[in-house]
Parts: sequence; structure tokens; C-alpha cells
Amino acid sequence: MGRMVLEKVEKRFGDVTVIPPLDLEIEDGEFVVFVGPSGCGKSTLLRLIAGLEDVTGGVIRIDGRDATTVPPAKRGLAMVFQSYALYPHMTVRKNISFPLRMAKLDKAEQDRRVEQAAAVLNLTDYLDRRPGQLSGGQRQRVAIGRAIVREPAAFLFDEPLSNLDAALRVGMRLEISELHERLKTTMIYVTHDQVEAMTMADKIVVLHAGRIEQVGSPLELYRTPRNRFVAGFIGSPRMNFLEGPEARRHDASAIGIRPEHIMPSPNEGAWKGRVGVSEHLGSDTFLHVHMEGCADPVTVRSGGEVDMHHGDTIYMTPDAGHIHRFDDQGLRIA
Amino acid sequence: MATLHSRSAARAMMAPAVFLLLVWMLVPLTMTLWFSFKRYLPLRGGDLGWTGFDNYVRFVTSSAFWPSVQATLLIVGGVLLITVLVGVLLALLLDQPMWGQGVVRILVIAPFFVMPTVSALVWKNMFMDPVNGLFAHLSKFFGLAPLEWLSQAPLFSITLIVSWQWLPFATLILLTALQSLDREQLEAGEMDGAPPLARFLHIVLPHLAQAITIVVLIQTIFLLSIFAEIFVTTQGSFGTRTLTYLIFQRVLESQNVGLGSAGGVYAIILANIVALFLMRIVGRNLDA
Repeated sequence: MGRMVLEKVEKRFGDVTVIPPLDLEIEDGEFVVFVGPSGCGKSTLLRLIAGLEDVTGGVIRIDGRDATTVPPAKRGLAMVFQSYALYPHMTVRKNISFPLRMAKLDKAEQDRRVEQAAAVLNLTDYLDRRPGQLSGGQRQRVAIGRAIVREPAAFLFDEPLSNLDAALRVGMRLEISELHERLKTTMIYVTHDQVEAMTMADKIVVLHAGRIEQVGSPLELYRTPRNRFVAGFIGSPRMNFLEGPEARRHDASAIGIRPEHIMPSPNEGAWKGRVGVSEHLGSDTFLHVHMEGCADPVTVRSGGEVDMHHGDTIYMTPDAGHIHRFDDQGLRIA
Repeated sequence: MATLHSRSAARAMMAPAVFLLLVWMLVPLTMTLWFSFKRYLPLRGGDLGWTGFDNYVRFVTSSAFWPSVQATLLIVGGVLLITVLVGVLLALLLDQPMWGQGVVRILVIAPFFVMPTVSALVWKNMFMDPVNGLFAHLSKFFGLAPLEWLSQAPLFSITLIVSWQWLPFATLILLTALQSLDREQLEAGEMDGAPPLARFLHIVLPHLAQAITIVVLIQTIFLLSIFAEIFVTTQGSFGTRTLTYLIFQRVLESQNVGLGSAGGVYAIILANIVALFLMRIVGRNLDA
């Protein structure tokens, strides 16, 4: 149905290598998230899978069939774009039925599928409006509707939530996850937001400069990041890294410890520091602590009601079981 | 800082320009209206007094009127058809990434800078001349009898010359419209299984619709008054006498200022109707 295999897939624009040869397998029905900082090649990789860009080398197989040179429409994939890319002069109904009209399906079947998609996405009341008359979230749903009606082998999402405001984003995140549960279709989702990746994915692919840094389930990546990049990218707020004498005590060139694995205390602990900015989120407080001999402040998570102020002295105890050790190449030491 | 004082100062400073523009526009308009109700023959007795709507009736009932309307419509319609069709094609072509894009774009705009009289003379003498023209040489090369463009196909020849002049305008506006099309829409169309022609018809053309309307309306206003191209080529003969040319002939060749002015008033009304549509469409675009 929607099993994809990428073998030695490579993309170059002139002399610039955007994606050095990479291998990746995506199982049928999986929700895979490509995540990485901007410019890491995640959107390019998605467009290679979609067929909107030609690969420079390598093979893309969809359901065992070589799809490397197959045109986008024939790959059986549907894509939701960052700008939604709705057709502004068509009504919602026409937008959603466009792929069906292009496939020359008979009218009754078109109507049936459009009604069905509209019902799933709560768009029934808006079928006769134009995209310009819809809110951001509704447009997003129309774009998803246009993808659903084709009954594709896999859905491709290119940063679909980045144009929505924060509250709507959380809502749509749940809706897309819900949709995946219902349809059980393979979904490939590109984002730069590690929170989206952590909350939605069955499998996360962390990309950096076109290279796959690590592939795994969200918790795998959280618990055992393979290198410093993944360790720093996954988790919010990001992991603290300490180098120098503290790292040498652990036989590593750097150690990493997440803010939630440090116990702050006003009077005793392994490390001593001075409180800088503290961010009160209500449920949690993130304290930025300046330590002697450390360039960057260490972030510490504390309870919501904490009585620490700028300039106070603080003691911290890292949870020994959650210290990540990295060698001088930045790779994890097991 | 729109205080009462600065606003009145601004008005005072704008006043001379506004006054000049008003005079510039109103004086000829009033004079046209004035003469259109008079029997005024400069070389045959001068001002012969008021005649009411006599000039208006005579202008419309003259045997030259309807053919001139027909010629006007044929030329305007033909030029619009050619410029929009070829303009869309050229815009699509220029939108493709290619080597020397900047230079090609400037070259495409070039005809717009050539004065109408000059371009018509160049076309007449260098292309359409039955003896020395390029087209004549081409015909002879293929063993055909050279066509006498301006007498055998006069309307088409003038349409061709005017189209050549207005093609850059259409191309430029359509090209900018094309460049504002969201690439993701085309990619979405590609993913949705639309072949290139369907993408053009369902996505590109609707996107260009407003630009095409604007091109059509602006060009119509200017094309209704084309004169130089006819003056230096056929002089209104062979059925190329447009409404504008008829007015010119009435005033200068027949020396009947009153009759010509009445024709002028008809032309003003016609142009204003088109302008009204234009304002509405442009205004609606600004609102959106």
C-alpha cells in the first residue's frame, strides 16, 4: 500500500550537494516525520519522493515498484503544501474534486467522495465558498481534503502548520494525528518544529545538512540520541552540554544533561551557580543558571512555584542515570 | 501631521497644478461641445450660427458613419485578439528560465518605445512595400506574386502594425501577472494529476483573467483613438476609415468643424463607457 524505500538517493543542484546519498525505509501505515533545522534538505527530500524534483542518483521504490522516473501524478501520492496551494478561483467543492475531475471519475463517485471528505473534515457547510473566504485552519482542511479524496498510497505534508497561529497549530496537530489513526495510510510529514515531530511521529528522521543523523521512535531519540546534534535538537528546552573538567570526570569530551534531569536546590548539590533569567510558564519554571567555567548558562527545570530570583545562588544535582556522554567527534559513548 | 493648517497649505500648493489640468481638459472639451451645436465652416463663411442637434443627426446618418464604426471595431477587436493571444504565449515563454532573460525582456518591450508614426512608416516601407518590402522579397523567394498589403489587405495590415506596437504592453502586464502565480499551485496541480494543458486552463488562465481584462480595457481606450498608423499608411482609404479618422476628415478635409465636433462628442461618450468599466474593475482589484 504505502511502503517506500529510498536507495542511495542523492540530489545536487549544480555543484551544490543538497542531499548526499542516503538510504531510508518507510513502512506501510507509518507516520514518519522529517525534522531538522531550516535548509537541512528535508523539504527537498520530500519533493524528491513526491516527484516534483528529479533525483541526481539513486532509486525510489514505492510498494516495490521503481518510481524514480515516474511523474508525480502517477506515484499515487498526495501532497499538502505549506501555502496550502488551493486554487483561489474554485469553490471548496471544486478544489477538493479537482484531482477526481482530472482522473475523469464519474460525477456520482466524485460527489460521494467529496461529501465523505467534507464530512470527515467538518467542511460540509463551506463547500460552496472560495478559499479566500475561509480561515487559515479551514484552508488547511480543504488542502487535506483535496489529498484525501484521491485515496493515495501515502500523504506528504510539507510544513503544513507553519502558517497557523499557535493555538490552531495544536488543534490541527491533533486532527492530523486523528486522521492518521482513522485512515492508517502512510504519512510523511516535514517540519522544523521538534514538538510536532515528538507528538505526532511513529518514526522520526532527523536530518542535518542533507544527512540522516538518526532514525527512530520519538522516545528512542529522546533517550539515546546518537550524537550531539540529535541530542540538542530533540527535547525542549534543549539539552545542556558541558565540556572541560566536568566532562573529563565522566571520561567524555562533552556531557549532556536535559533540564528536566537536574534537581535544583537552594542549599546543597553537586554544582553551584548563580540564577540568571527565569522563565515562569506556570506549570514549570526554567532557570538559566550561570556556572563558573561554563560559557553558556545551564537550563534547569523546576516546579511552577519556585522561590528563586535573579542573582540568587543555586545548587544543582544532575540525575546520574540521564547523563549523556559524547566523544570528541560528537558521537554518543554507550 | 494632517492638521487643519497643513491641509489648507497643501491645498493652496496643489491649486495651480489642479487649475492647469482643469483648464487643459475643460477648455477643449467645452469648445468641442460649443462647436458641435454650431454650423461652423472656416473656409465657407465661418460661424453660421446655432443648429441645435443637426450636426449630431448628420454625423450618424452619413453614409460613412457605419462603415467607420465597423472598421474601428474590426481594428480594435483584431488588435485585442492578437495582443492577448500572442501576449499570453510570449509571457509564458519569457517566464521560463533561460539564458539572457534580462536582455530578451528588454528587447520585447522595445516596440513600445517606437513612435506610432515611425513604426507605421517602417512597416509600410520596409516590410509591406510590394516592390522593396521584406514580405515582397519573401513572396518572390517562394515564387509567389508579392501581395500589395496596404491595398489588398488594408485592415489586416493596420491591425498587424498596431498589434506589433501593443504586444509589449500586453506581454509585460501578463508576464507580471504570471510571475505572481504561486508555484505551489502548479505543483499541486501536477500532484493532482493535471497534464500541462489542464494546468494552463484550470490554474494559469483563471489567474490571468484579471490581468487580461485590464489589458483589454486599457488597450481599448487607446486603440479607439489610433490615428497616425492610418494617416501614414492608407490615409483612410480601402475601408480603413475609423471613427477617429472620420472625425479628422470632417474637420480638416471637409472643413466642417461643427460636424467633426459632434463626432468628437460621440467618441468621448464611447471612451467614457469603456473607462467606466475599467475603473470598476481596477477599483474592485484594489479593494480585494
